[in-house]
Amino acid sequence: MNVANYFDTMSYGPAPESDTEARQWLATHQDGFGHFINGEFTGVSDKNFDTFEPATGTVLARISMAQQADIDAAVKSARAAQTGWAEQSGHARAKVLYALARIIQRHARLIAVVEALDNGKPIRETRDIDIPLAARHFYHHAGWAQLQGSEFPDHSAIGVVGQIIPWNFPFLMMAWKIAPALALGNTVVLKPAEYTSLTALLFAELAATAGLPDGVLNIVTGDGKSGAMLVEHTEVDKIAFTGSTAVGKWIRQATAGSGKSLTLELGGKSPFIVFEDADLDAAVEGVVDAIWFNQGQVCCAGSRILVQEGVAEDFHARLRLRMSRLRLGQPLDKCIDMGSLVAPVQLQRVEAMVQQGVEAGATLYQPDIEIPSGGSFYPPTLLSDADPTSSVVCEEIFGPVVVSMTFRTFDEAIALANHTRYGLAASVWSESVNQSLEVAAALEAGIVWINTTNAMDASVGFGGRKESGFGREGGREGCLDYLKPDAWMKAPMRIDPEGVALATKGGSFAMDRTAKLFIGGRQARPDGNYSRAVASPTGERLGDVGEGNRKDIRNAVEAARGAASWSSKTAHNRAQILYYLAENLSIRDVEFAARIRAMTGATAKQAQAEVEASISRLFSYGAWADKFEGAVHLPPIKGVTLALPEAQGVVGVICPTEAPLLGFISLVAPLLAMGNRCVVVPSEASPLSATDFYQVLETSDVPAGVINIVTGNALELADTLSKHNDVDALWAFGGPTMTRLVEEQSAGNLKRVWSGFDRQIDWLDSRVGEGREFLNRATDIKNIWVPYGE
Amino acid sequence: MHKDQRTYSHVVTQATIVMNDNVRKPEVVASESATMPASATASATATAPATASSPSDSHAVTVKRNAGMPLDSGLVERVRINRSAADRRISALSGRRSVKKDAQAAWLLKAITCMDLTTLNGDDTEGRVRRLCAKAANPVRQDLLQAMGMEPRRITTAAVCVYHRFVPTAVSALQGSGIPVAAVSTGFPAGLIPHHLKLQEIEASVAAGAREIDIVITREHVLTGNWQALYAEMKDYREACGDAHVKAILATGDLKTLNNIARASLVCMMAGADFIKTSTGKESVNATLPITMIMLRMIRQYQMLTGFLVGHKPAGGVSKAKDALSYLALVKEELGDAWLTPELFRFGASSLLGDIERQLEHHVDGAYSAHHRHPIG
Repeated sequence: MNVANYFDTMSYGPAPESDTEARQWLATHQDGFGHFINGEFTGVSDKNFDTFEPATGTVLARISMAQQADIDAAVKSARAAQTGWAEQSGHARAKVLYALARIIQRHARLIAVVEALDNGKPIRETRDIDIPLAARHFYHHAGWAQLQGSEFPDHSAIGVVGQIIPWNFPFLMMAWKIAPALALGNTVVLKPAEYTSLTALLFAELAATAGLPDGVLNIVTGDGKSGAMLVEHTEVDKIAFTGSTAVGKWIRQATAGSGKSLTLELGGKSPFIVFEDADLDAAVEGVVDAIWFNQGQVCCAGSRILVQEGVAEDFHARLRLRMSRLRLGQPLDKCIDMGSLVAPVQLQRVEAMVQQGVEAGATLYQPDIEIPSGGSFYPPTLLSDADPTSSVVCEEIFGPVVVSMTFRTFDEAIALANHTRYGLAASVWSESVNQSLEVAAALEAGIVWINTTNAMDASVGFGGRKESGFGREGGREGCLDYLKPDAWMKAPMRIDPEGVALATKGGSFAMDRTAKLFIGGRQARPDGNYSRAVASPTGERLGDVGEGNRKDIRNAVEAARGAASWSSKTAHNRAQILYYLAENLSIRDVEFAARIRAMTGATAKQAQAEVEASISRLFSYGAWADKFEGAVHLPPIKGVTLALPEAQGVVGVICPTEAPLLGFISLVAPLLAMGNRCVVVPSEASPLSATDFYQVLETSDVPAGVINIVTGNALELADTLSKHNDVDALWAFGGPTMTRLVEEQSAGNLKRVWSGFDRQIDWLDSRVGEGREFLNRATDIKNIWVPYGE
Repeated sequence: MHKDQRTYSHVVTQATIVMNDNVRKPEVVASESATMPASATASATATAPATASSPSDSHAVTVKRNAGMPLDSGLVERVRINRSAADRRISALSGRRSVKKDAQAAWLLKAITCMDLTTLNGDDTEGRVRRLCAKAANPVRQDLLQAMGMEPRRITTAAVCVYHRFVPTAVSALQGSGIPVAAVSTGFPAGLIPHHLKLQEIEASVAAGAREIDIVITREHVLTGNWQALYAEMKDYREACGDAHVKAILATGDLKTLNNIARASLVCMMAGADFIKTSTGKESVNATLPITMIMLRMIRQYQMLTGFLVGHKPAGGVSKAKDALSYLALVKEELGDAWLTPELFRFGASSLLGDIERQLEHHVDGAYSAHHRHPIG
């Protein structure tokens, strides 16, 4: 090709980014890379593996495979460094993070080129998106380090954090994980993905000049087995994982009962909803950014197009035309839209899934464009009219493949969008503010983009709902996932409750009363039709309650699921009901105090105090209902990003054995205030305060199904609740045995489990027994990105 | 395609793209045929270069003139443009499409052949216009063209654009060059003289030898949503132009919103505009990439609707070679290669040429150039 040829054809010529410096850097490591532990690189291990350049299949470098001894050494060095690091002033830590940000910017091009070579993604994305955003994470979190003392009083670092990151955004995910952890005083052992370790190792090299104390950041390389060693290490206090839902579920099980905190950023099948009043060309371009960004290897990729029927044909025509102009090429070509998938095995997986989709009846469209040979290249792919039962619609493909379906009305769009196990992100395209915000509010996703997609920033929490995982990374909400509340940590560990006392003496009643269960707003006889006696500490029979079983839990969950309107009531309305509960409880304070005395042997004063604290607590959450506000984040866009705390949904509650009334109120009231519906198992030993509460509920305008109470064996009922796949969260205050059980079983749908750190707090102490810790646990932050401009 | 849009497909006159290169089909045909009504599909025929208005362009194309269509206000009002999405697309484009080395030189030469070399100043004189015409006929130093192997191509600008007063001067100065004269008209730049005088001005310019007329629309019609008035005005202009091609200047800086710009674009095309043009160069905001992108998308929509290929002209503010590359890449991405010809794409520019010349010299000898090394225009 010469000038005249180009003049005649007006084709794009090659525009390669130089790889000279990157190759030079690799050449200085031709013997291979060790791990970065305690401030220095180990020698190259005998156990090692090759890392490849996905676009050509050639070997880039040799990398050490971490064994147990390496993991032990890394964790040990992180442990040794943690206290000192946390004790440094926020300003001192801020300066280190600031230096890391500057270092990234100084070496931005080298990092970008190495990343493109190692991952196969276009240099445009590493240079313009990944690396600048990585630097931004360090800048943003340098700020949180600086402000930690004033903004997070009474909170401390969690400790040693094990972080395991995926291969789709190797450098960006590393920054995303490291920055908040280090900022808030944690130390880190990070394992990059097996395919893409190079930029993390480069970062470790560069970071040597940042003033990071030895051991604060450790980087170990290896495969899934190395990662598993980190997950299972007893000296690790928290695991932060980004990767597949399957591995995330394994981690949930593997860490059950270990006391480890957990953040899981998992898969998705995020809807991309196009309404008929959308700017269709903009939406088409949105699809490009949604699914052909990073070859579709993006957990929050908009991989499921839902388009309104009236414009579906037009939209698809525009989309196919747009696809015909996409360009695939070598990652360092500056004139491409897509590079290579990360590895041949991914290519095979994508090919197989598309094949399945076509066999299931989807219409395949792939543009007739040039596909580079060699490497793991796959064309942009549209599967339209896909069958809702087919695997391409239900499962994450993690490649440049988008499926599309149509809908009729906005409520059908919401139903289709939410009809998935995942809940990471969603994109809504509409020029109507009413429609787009209503849909955004109704979507079950951690991130909603209105008229945009795949927008990310360090100031905005990233994380999902449902089986897309839990925890947030970024922004104020993300900081909380790297902190623990001091007041809780000072409390003694909770121990498993002793067996429930048997009634050895008959009680005397003016009138026989056998409490039933409370399900769907009615007192319901237990399914098994058994009851259990409730005894005083001295063995006196105080009455009988129903023996709930798994079917009662099933019924209660169904009732709670059906009471969805509670979540959309106004905060003011929920506050009114909480105040009303307090009012009606106070009318009967003497009776409730007497019941507490009888069940627990408390003094009159103690019992009175518990009732008064319960009334006050209901008031507190009545107060909080319209004051636990979200935020408007400030990412670098023209627009607003709304961080809204949203109810978890249906929450199971296993009340502590102690404080039969206050324990019950302390857990249920914050959940109600935030719009959750509850299935509550009261104190197994002392359930009568909760059953007495039925009448308070019935006289306080609590809608049916919002609170459901099932008495019985706490561990058995917790077992059923933790396995129930329509329960969104479970608060289990039943001791370490129960915690281990429910954490392990929660992996089925990744429901959020909170066991109060297995601590035995003083419920009467309002500094620890109520407030933001509970409210944070009762909600998930949804971030709604609303760019604007006319 | 939208249901309401189908109504028009049967009345559409077939658009014909004639290209001298029968190997490479026009992209519009190759990629859109599946989505367009058969009667609206452009067809490519290999013939000799037609008598295009830019004889310098070896890649000459003859485009069937836009015959217009009845005003469809419903369609116009349904247009929705999202500003932030448009801005994002543009900000990512330069990272997705980089043109380097020989390709860059070729693209810059293409930009020259798509240029309406313009002078529209209150202090213009015949002498000034003659100088500009000389530059239009020889925009690039012969030694540079030779070095790039482009000497046989006779690179000239697409047209020279002046006020009516200087049309005779330009016509005479360009005699024999084949370069057409374009005249701004209809009370340029504000467009607020009486309607009958606007038509007279057009007719006078055409009579004086202008082959292209750049009209300005009455912005009030857009700002008040009076699409019927805009349509009627534009139709009158087109009629007054006769065989001269008409470029509709939307004065996008005055229209403010992308929605207004998109709607005005559609109405002007429905009324028969051959080109839609961004600006007079006199508004506070002139050509921008997002505005061009939206106008290109409307051109595509109109093509899907009628089969006609309408041209686009960004004007004012495109002064750097790098900007020209971005515009060309945007046209290629949004509309396809068929539009990369002076028949369908123009830059309205005065200082752009100087920057391109410097870049071309840099391409040839590797040293950064200076303005005074290239003949003045």
